Amino acid sequence: MNHIISIRDLERTDIDCLLDKAALIHANCYDENSLKGKILALLFFEPSTRTRMSFDAAMARLGGTSIGVDSVEASSVAKGETLADTIRVVSGYADAIVLRHPKEGAARLASEFSSVPIINAGDGAGQHPSQTLLDLYTIRQSMPLEGIKVGLLGDLRYGRTAHSLAYALSLYHATLYTLSPKGLELPCAITEELTEGGTAIIEHDDVSTIIRDLDVLYVTRIQRERFPDSASYFRVASSYRITPELLSGVKERLIVLHPLPRLDEIDPRVDLLPHARYFEQSRNGIPVRMAMLQKVIS
Amino acid sequence: MIDHITGGEALNVLKIIGITGFTTESISVATNVKSSKMGRKDIVKIENRELRKEEVDRIALIAPHATISIIRNFEVYEKKGVEIPRYLIGVVRCPNPGCISNTNEPVPSQFEVSQKGLHCLYCDWMITNDIKNYIL
Ligand SMILES: [Zn+2]
Repeated sequence: MNHIISIRDLERTDIDCLLDKAALIHANCYDENSLKGKILALLFFEPSTRTRMSFDAAMARLGGTSIGVDSVEASSVAKGETLADTIRVVSGYADAIVLRHPKEGAARLASEFSSVPIINAGDGAGQHPSQTLLDLYTIRQSMPLEGIKVGLLGDLRYGRTAHSLAYALSLYHATLYTLSPKGLELPCAITEELTEGGTAIIEHDDVSTIIRDLDVLYVTRIQRERFPDSASYFRVASSYRITPELLSGVKERLIVLHPLPRLDEIDPRVDLLPHARYFEQSRNGIPVRMAMLQKVIS
Repeated sequence: MIDHITGGEALNVLKIIGITGFTTESISVATNVKSSKMGRKDIVKIENRELRKEEVDRIALIAPHATISIIRNFEVYEKKGVEIPRYLIGVVRCPNPGCISNTNEPVPSQFEVSQKGLHCLYCDWMITNDIKNYIL
């Protein structure tokens, strides 16, 4: 069955194929009734309004319908039902299931009990392949993915979007520059795995020294709760803040991405620069998720 | 009879096969026996007990050189080494507290065994050392 659980399950050709399909959809070359009569179940055991809405919208654009639970409290999960049972029941109602769950590996488990395809929309600190695909898609709108230089900035330890993206970019022989506060570095296991696979990973602590080399700057949230007090948070956060001044003299094709919502990581004045692509990135969620739905339900 | 157990691990082997002070099997244990191959080794002899595959897999994790002999009528009926299988199903617990396999879901833990260690097939965590602390 056509599950999409982890970006690691996809080969480069699968990714290219999905991105090509998304580009066609984006150019309005798609059948708006291709999923007519199909039902998508949205199982969100953790709130994520935007991801949910964008799957809802993607399904509607292809002529399909979506159903879902609005809150965990209202569902049988609150009564102690296992995820395995929920999936067995819900897969009888729908043609595919989008799952978001606080436990890592939940989507993998769901795929073992489901009679319909599962799309992972985030499981705990684990995988979130639809975000990675739309990140890649947004980069590819501006430049080919092969061999680019990408700066990953922010919380690289807990930020799952950065992990999946780093892995996916390694398939395209990217050079990765990591910029993160002390204690929030990319986990060793990931660095080792990527390095062994031939990816160059260069650690830096000052974004201004490398920003002129970069093609992509991927900024992630630095969460306040990772710091002992707000003074140390502000000190670190301000040294990782992206400003128009910092971006002066960068490559013309440099794009700045962020999975949103942002806190203080990017100065709002950056929004006006041609490098700022984070709002476009979030809008790209629709064609990319439409391509994913078409791939799994057919 | 389980021979060539890593020195000092005999009691852990007994724990793995569920032998406690309350079980009735007749058991002999020798620890820190001199061994030309291993320096020192432990030996465990249990009467009237065959080992299940999951038990052998667990023993392989703490005593990779162990040999298991089935003795019938004072003769070695069968003798084999242990081998850590490619996949360990329900043998070790995932150290990641956020892993779905550590909840009440009706699934055993699943690990893939590689050179680097054990890799949780649910959450991707790796167990690289102190594997015996995670044996179920
Ligand atoms: Zn796990």
